Amino acid sequence: MKNKVVVPDEKQISRRITKNKLAQGIFFLATLFGMVVLATLIIRIFSQGIGYLNIDFLTNYASRRPEDAGIKAALLGTIWVMSITIPVSLILGVGTSIYLEEYAPKNKFTRFIELNLANLAGVPSVVFGLLGLTVFVRLLGMGRSILAGGLTMSLLILPVIVVASKEAIRSIPQEQYEAAYAMGATKWQIIRTVVLPAATPGILTGAILSLSRGVGETASLLMIGAMTFIAYTPTSILDSFTILPIQIFSWASRPQAEFQAVAAAGSIVLLIILILMNSLAIVIRNKYSKRY
Amino acid sequence: MKSTIRDRIQQNQSKQSYQNKIETIMPMLFLLMASLSILVTAGIIFTLFRETIYFFSQVPFIDFITGTEWYPFFANNPSYGILPLLSGTFTIAAIAMAVAVPFGLAAAIYLSEYASDRRRKVLKPILEVLAGVPTVVYGLFALTFVTPLLQTFMPSLPIFNALSPGIVVGIMIIPQVASLSQEAMNAVPQSMRDGALALGATRLEVALKIVIPGSLSGIISSLVLGLSRAIGETMIVATAAGSTPNLGFTPTESIQTMTAYIVQVSLGDATFGSTIYYSIYAVGMTLFLFTLIMNLFANHISRKYREVY
Amino acid sequence: MNKEETVQSVYSVKNFNLWYGNTQALKDISIEIPEKQVVAIIGPSGCGKSTFIKTLNRMVELVPTVKMKGSIHYNNEDIFKSNAKVEALRTEVGMVFQKPNPFPKSIYDNVAYGPRIHGIKDKKTLDEVVERGLKGAALWEEVKDRLSENAFGLSGGQQQRLCIARALAVEPEVILMDEPTSALDPLSTAKIEDLIHELKKDYSIIIVTHNMQQAARISDKTAFFLNGEIIEFGPTEKMYSKPDDKRTDDYISGKFG
Repeated sequence: MKNKVVVPDEKQISRRITKNKLAQGIFFLATLFGMVVLATLIIRIFSQGIGYLNIDFLTNYASRRPEDAGIKAALLGTIWVMSITIPVSLILGVGTSIYLEEYAPKNKFTRFIELNLANLAGVPSVVFGLLGLTVFVRLLGMGRSILAGGLTMSLLILPVIVVASKEAIRSIPQEQYEAAYAMGATKWQIIRTVVLPAATPGILTGAILSLSRGVGETASLLMIGAMTFIAYTPTSILDSFTILPIQIFSWASRPQAEFQAVAAAGSIVLLIILILMNSLAIVIRNKYSKRY
Repeated sequence: MKSTIRDRIQQNQSKQSYQNKIETIMPMLFLLMASLSILVTAGIIFTLFRETIYFFSQVPFIDFITGTEWYPFFANNPSYGILPLLSGTFTIAAIAMAVAVPFGLAAAIYLSEYASDRRRKVLKPILEVLAGVPTVVYGLFALTFVTPLLQTFMPSLPIFNALSPGIVVGIMIIPQVASLSQEAMNAVPQSMRDGALALGATRLEVALKIVIPGSLSGIISSLVLGLSRAIGETMIVATAAGSTPNLGFTPTESIQTMTAYIVQVSLGDATFGSTIYYSIYAVGMTLFLFTLIMNLFANHISRKYREVY
Repeated sequence: MNKEETVQSVYSVKNFNLWYGNTQALKDISIEIPEKQVVAIIGPSGCGKSTFIKTLNRMVELVPTVKMKGSIHYNNEDIFKSNAKVEALRTEVGMVFQKPNPFPKSIYDNVAYGPRIHGIKDKKTLDEVVERGLKGAALWEEVKDRLSENAFGLSGGQQQRLCIARALAVEPEVILMDEPTSALDPLSTAKIEDLIHELKKDYSIIIVTHNMQQAARISDKTAFFLNGEIIEFGPTEKMYSKPDDKRTDDYISGKFG
């Protein structure tokens, strides 16, 4: 009988198997770590802020006394800013993605736009804030207004919306295009009658997720100057404003523990808004996902 | 009977000047929208550049990049040396990466190499919720929970310090590192894993010797992007790291990052046109350049690895 | 020497060549496609038959690297002439694809799609067009009570007949079919074949098929493609009984393919 070069070494094998098992356990625990932190954070914020969370908290303006403080102005400010951000970022984002997916020739300019968008997505939001401060607030004379804030935030989430819309458009099967072309449809007719209807759920899902990032966005609008004390309801897009996350920040940076609890109460409202937005996105995605 | 529709269609087609106009206008309109993103970048560079130039007409460039003291608020004899802000920024970034790299990569390996499809479909979205928590909430969490928690082990730790926000920034970028790295690992062909498994390798050996080397550029790209996020993170550090520009790398002290300085100035009443006002553009420019270079680098290497398989 | 052709040609292709990048997919194709007959195109996969049929309505130009040389006339008009409108050509030449590809819209909206994009909007006409199209595709009886339901709820065979109805709705002259039954079960295939028999009274039909029995069953003339060339083109019975070329015989008798 020939001698085998490799003789299975039972001990060595079982050692390797143990090592594998051990590593699997460690990797799993490391994955769980993030979730444990998430759970801790949620429990912590809730227990810290729940005491201040009541109807008055939603209907009062900010106050010097923690027990009277409320988020009415901040909540309305967020809604006003979003009412500018939603149409502007959606139109620009979907338009850009239609250009890139449907019209753009494969040339250097197109690649440049794509690269530029990828880089914009990584620009820190304070830098967007500086842009907004210089161009919208000062250069275009909008002042520290809702309009300036909404436009700044639109630019901030534009790259994210573009990525989501491009993905939604790209998931439309080629056969759909062929069907429309073969009927003698023109490019724009195909976009209008085939591409947009089919991509709408995907675009909406992506847009809601991007907007939920905008709802929590703080730094860029701080730069615009949205940290003013507001005790009235905005009536026009040129009014000054504050938004929910900035109100939270302003409470959190006070030394008194009571105000930090009020900040936690505000955080609960913010988290609930985000959970609602994300659930809506998931519902839309699940409702329309199995189609082709 | 057969002619009616055909005739009407042909009639319509012969007078389609309106349609022709739309077909030429729409692409131009969309091109215009797509070009706006370039305008945004140009706007960022232009505004930063213009104000930064003005800043350097008041503060010598060499003092800015080599100065070791950052005391812009001193009424007489303010100093504008960026190094303390840079060291603060990189202290935070280093702590954050020390958290995000091991946890992010371990999660990526688990999700890509060990987890069943069903388990991955549950774990990944939950992990991504972590990335969706607003940074201002993280800041509050760092200040009112993580710092007191750390103080029970380190009684001498001040309320404002680099350690606590650094850890929280790291936690915030775990999902980004994990999901981008996992995508890179997924791109390694299954056949390569099967080959090694068939030779009797364990999953751990496959992960360490086949998958990680095979997806290294993607992993590095995800880490660089994570680092860039950590450097640009604002609200967590503005809330919990304090505002003491200190040169050095001591995590247990209060520090100030570039982003936190910009926020601090914009909160105060820095008069428009003062040197302090212009200083936030110089700091913003520095921040922008750092993140831009990292993003370009990450983009470059991740595109390279996509072509490998 | 005045030999009048008894049948009119709907397509006249002369010395036509086509490349994808540097790969030549069609070599020196010349063929006269007769009116109101069924012409089957057979050949092994990769022989250029799909490319050829997609050239006839210029769908092949959607591939960015495509280059072409030679001429194709449709009803004596050069389809590549500079002022020719590709949309107009595609309105007169309908197409049915390998995989049924209805739009994710209602059955009604699918059939009304063509007339609508060509500017026909009034409800009464559209109702008529939809009914006529569905009747023409032998689908009317099965769906007349659920026209507003989503087309994706139909079976594969019904979807393919819906796609035929959609093509019929703009009253084309020619219908191109690219392996229309390859994704269907035998029963649905038989229905489509019956339908093709009916349709050839009013339309010229060009059908690409992988299935030689199908070509024999439904076509009047057959063209055999191999490596981008037409090896033989003639009446179907002759092609199947005594072909001129040995390669045709080999393919039809199953020696390769």
